[in-house]
Amino acid sequence: METFIGKPIKRREDARFLKGAGKYTDDIKLMGMTHSAFVRSPYAHAKILSIDTAAAEKAEGVVAVYTGSDACGTFGVPCGWQVDFKNGETMREPLHPLLAKDKILHVGEAVAIVIAETLELARDAAELVQVSYEALPAVTCPKKAMEAGAPKVHDQWEDNAAFDWCIGNDRTEVEAALESAHHVTEMTYKNHRLAPNAIEPRSYISDYDVNADKWTLYTSTQNPHLIRLLLCAFVLGIPEHKVRVLSYDVGGGFGSKIYHYTEEALLTWVSKEIGRPVKWTSDRTEAFLTDAHGRDHIVHSKMGFDEDGKIVAHLTDEYCAMGAYLSTFAPAVPTYLHGTLFQGVYTTPLIHLNVVAPFTHTVAVDAYRGAGRPEATYLLERIISKAAKEMDIDPAELRYKNFIPPFNGTSEPGFQTQVALQYDSGNYHGVLKRGLEMLGYEDFRKEQAEARKNGKLIGVGISTYIEGCGIAPSAVVGSLGARAGLYEVGHVRVQPTGKVSVFTGAHSHGQGHETVFAQFVADKLGIHMDDVDIVHGDTDQVAFGMGTYGSRSLAVGGSAIIKSVEKVLEKGAKIAAHKLEAAESDLEYAEGKWTVKGTDKSISFGDVSLTAYVPHDYPEGVEPGLDFSSFYDPTNFTYPFGTHIAVVEVDPDTGKVDLQRFVACDDVGNVMNPMIVDGQIHGGVVQGVGQALLEEVIYDGEGQMVTGSYMDYAMPRADDVPNIETDRTTTPCPHNPLGVKGAGEAGAIGSTPAVVNAVVDALSHLGVTDIQMPVTPKRVWKAMQTQA
Amino acid sequence: MQISMTINGKEYSHDIEPRISLAQYLRENLNLTGTHIGCDTSGCGACTVTVDGAAAKACTLLAVQVDGSEITTIEGMANGNEMHPIQEAFKENHGLQCGFCTPGMVMTAADILKNNPNPTDEEIRHGLEGNFCRCTGYHNIVKSIQHAAEKINA
Repeated sequence: METFIGKPIKRREDARFLKGAGKYTDDIKLMGMTHSAFVRSPYAHAKILSIDTAAAEKAEGVVAVYTGSDACGTFGVPCGWQVDFKNGETMREPLHPLLAKDKILHVGEAVAIVIAETLELARDAAELVQVSYEALPAVTCPKKAMEAGAPKVHDQWEDNAAFDWCIGNDRTEVEAALESAHHVTEMTYKNHRLAPNAIEPRSYISDYDVNADKWTLYTSTQNPHLIRLLLCAFVLGIPEHKVRVLSYDVGGGFGSKIYHYTEEALLTWVSKEIGRPVKWTSDRTEAFLTDAHGRDHIVHSKMGFDEDGKIVAHLTDEYCAMGAYLSTFAPAVPTYLHGTLFQGVYTTPLIHLNVVAPFTHTVAVDAYRGAGRPEATYLLERIISKAAKEMDIDPAELRYKNFIPPFNGTSEPGFQTQVALQYDSGNYHGVLKRGLEMLGYEDFRKEQAEARKNGKLIGVGISTYIEGCGIAPSAVVGSLGARAGLYEVGHVRVQPTGKVSVFTGAHSHGQGHETVFAQFVADKLGIHMDDVDIVHGDTDQVAFGMGTYGSRSLAVGGSAIIKSVEKVLEKGAKIAAHKLEAAESDLEYAEGKWTVKGTDKSISFGDVSLTAYVPHDYPEGVEPGLDFSSFYDPTNFTYPFGTHIAVVEVDPDTGKVDLQRFVACDDVGNVMNPMIVDGQIHGGVVQGVGQALLEEVIYDGEGQMVTGSYMDYAMPRADDVPNIETDRTTTPCPHNPLGVKGAGEAGAIGSTPAVVNAVVDALSHLGVTDIQMPVTPKRVWKAMQTQA
Repeated sequence: MQISMTINGKEYSHDIEPRISLAQYLRENLNLTGTHIGCDTSGCGACTVTVDGAAAKACTLLAVQVDGSEITTIEGMANGNEMHPIQEAFKENHGLQCGFCTPGMVMTAADILKNNPNPTDEEIRHGLEGNFCRCTGYHNIVKSIQHAAEKINA
């Protein structure tokens, strides 16, 4: 019988995408649909003196114009995570209004919305809205935001801090260990701001049906149920059962489409006001100005070592920007998704991280692929490589010295970190060994020595990362400030014919759930995957869900589906036992049928399914039907890990970095579809490489974004990167039924420091010890000149 | 303005505003929504179509500029249910994830292979530099185009 788990099954999603028949939100047209355009602030910080909409209201094709003075102006979108100050003061949480009324807090903040018959007419009329501003000084750097006299983002509080936070061992103990350490390596740098840049811009259509008193919201989200909950219960105060959220095909998310955005709520409000459907699709500059960004940490760190190169202590202070308002997950990113990974893959006995999270006159910062974990990995992997150079130890050797020894999490216990988490299972030696083999590390070092004699600058950089994925369990995240649970829902509906519909609260926006989820459901039920359909992205069809982010779909969502599959088989066995006139305990289930052990008496899954719906000859006390829904709340996060190695050549004349090779050996636990896992790694790696070499959101001193288009913001193009060489080790997750850990973010988490380590390695003999990311030709060339 | 053109082998004629881009015209007037708009500035390539046989970015062409032209969009690549070898190769090599950049990638791939039936990896990467993909890291797109070249040349 054909099985599917572990095979590179081609994706069933692909045909529609390849034919141009995907159904993205902007592709949808409704009868009577109107279009909208926003009037957005050109200032980062300003008072709104007046707004004149008269000309716009009279313009051709205009249906309505709304500003913050209308009823929608009283609503604001909430934050989903509360991190209070260390001294107990409650997190400062400003109202994030749907339309700014009195004050502008970042460039691109919406002031008015114009609704018209066509997009062109809406945009024409938006230009007729006259807004008078009084510009005020702005602050965009999180460190400067905390300096005395910095422009205040929110007037009601004494300074710009949204909260502060710390984790790990007692600070004085860590400081004392650093004092007495044999060697201390120190780093100060910026983990700079990035724009996620899903290629599909955000798009929403809201459609209010006056007769049914119901809304349908079509939205490009990673998170349909959470959007509905936030929209209904926390923004507009409308009944949740009156809103259907539909998220069909979504063109990439990378975190930026997790959050509940002001435009979603505003369109929902507008569609009832005007009694017609209304669409808004972001343009690319609006996306740069209004999609939540990632990273933006200012970091100062010290790591202490003993004479054998063992890490004795690690102390870090960070300023982490929140932006003007608190986005849905924002407070969790530089704290619980960041500080909890400061153990890395090392036995460091003393760790302390202190975070100050200020408001800035910028768009919000929130989770972007990896969310807090790339920032932790960058720090650990750069500082350990820098320390290796300073102590003249090979960077691979220094890592081996400090690795947590292998443990499987079953016969050997999980590893308890100094920063709250307990790792599930790991073999960090294994991935580094394999990564070095794939690269040919020793040969490379010889080649490098030769090359240097000829003035050629080549370098190798290693990164050995760990990440916390499968975000949940609810009790843990709740104690850490999450305002929602982080379980997942999996519903398995066996149809009378034995065909299976699976409803998942996870959401696919490129990950291939429709294929992968069908693979494991088919194997567990012993049926063909063509007989399994996966439904997601519709709150009317799927009972509930927490969406897709944090590499959680398979580990959490997949486990919920497995729970329901088990319930199906349990009930199926009762029906089978009745039909076979045998005891349940005498049955075994394999290859899609129940068989009385040791006999040829059997009944197929299809026959049992039909019996469940046509229960003429049926076990007593058993309900008809074969339809189960389950909530799965895991007992722990999952902890994928791996080794990434980059090889670069630096042009000595221009400082341009050429990424020549990239080797990734990842361990994501059991693998359902290796083709898809490799694809996730490739894409993640290139996003991480983008941060290292090319990408940066830059705001100038007045808070203007100077990188607001693809002419100014450098994303990796095909000729910027090489093929990615991948391999895997497999250390199953001990606490979920599929043994999976998650692969969505690994690439972006591991790759960035590998690239920067390689660049510094290429230049180390010239005395270069660090270069600020992105390592542009200008920065590299300057570093070379300064040292020479 | 009155325009007419042949799109995917079919004649179309419309009276449209001169400011309407070819991408908007395809999407809004003809419901050919496979041509995607990712940026409006020729930066991302999601809107790539062919105009008189050469790849072009439909977001920065006005529909009136291509009056009288022959246009092929992603919807014109498959022959009914039979996919074009490039489309097949993308599926077989996992050359797409979210699918949003995919129509532009397929149309650009067709252009690359038309001009160079046996490209090297480097030539493919150079040919793709006008198209962003944020999901695949390009690795499997390059592989897909190599595979498509083999199929077409076989």
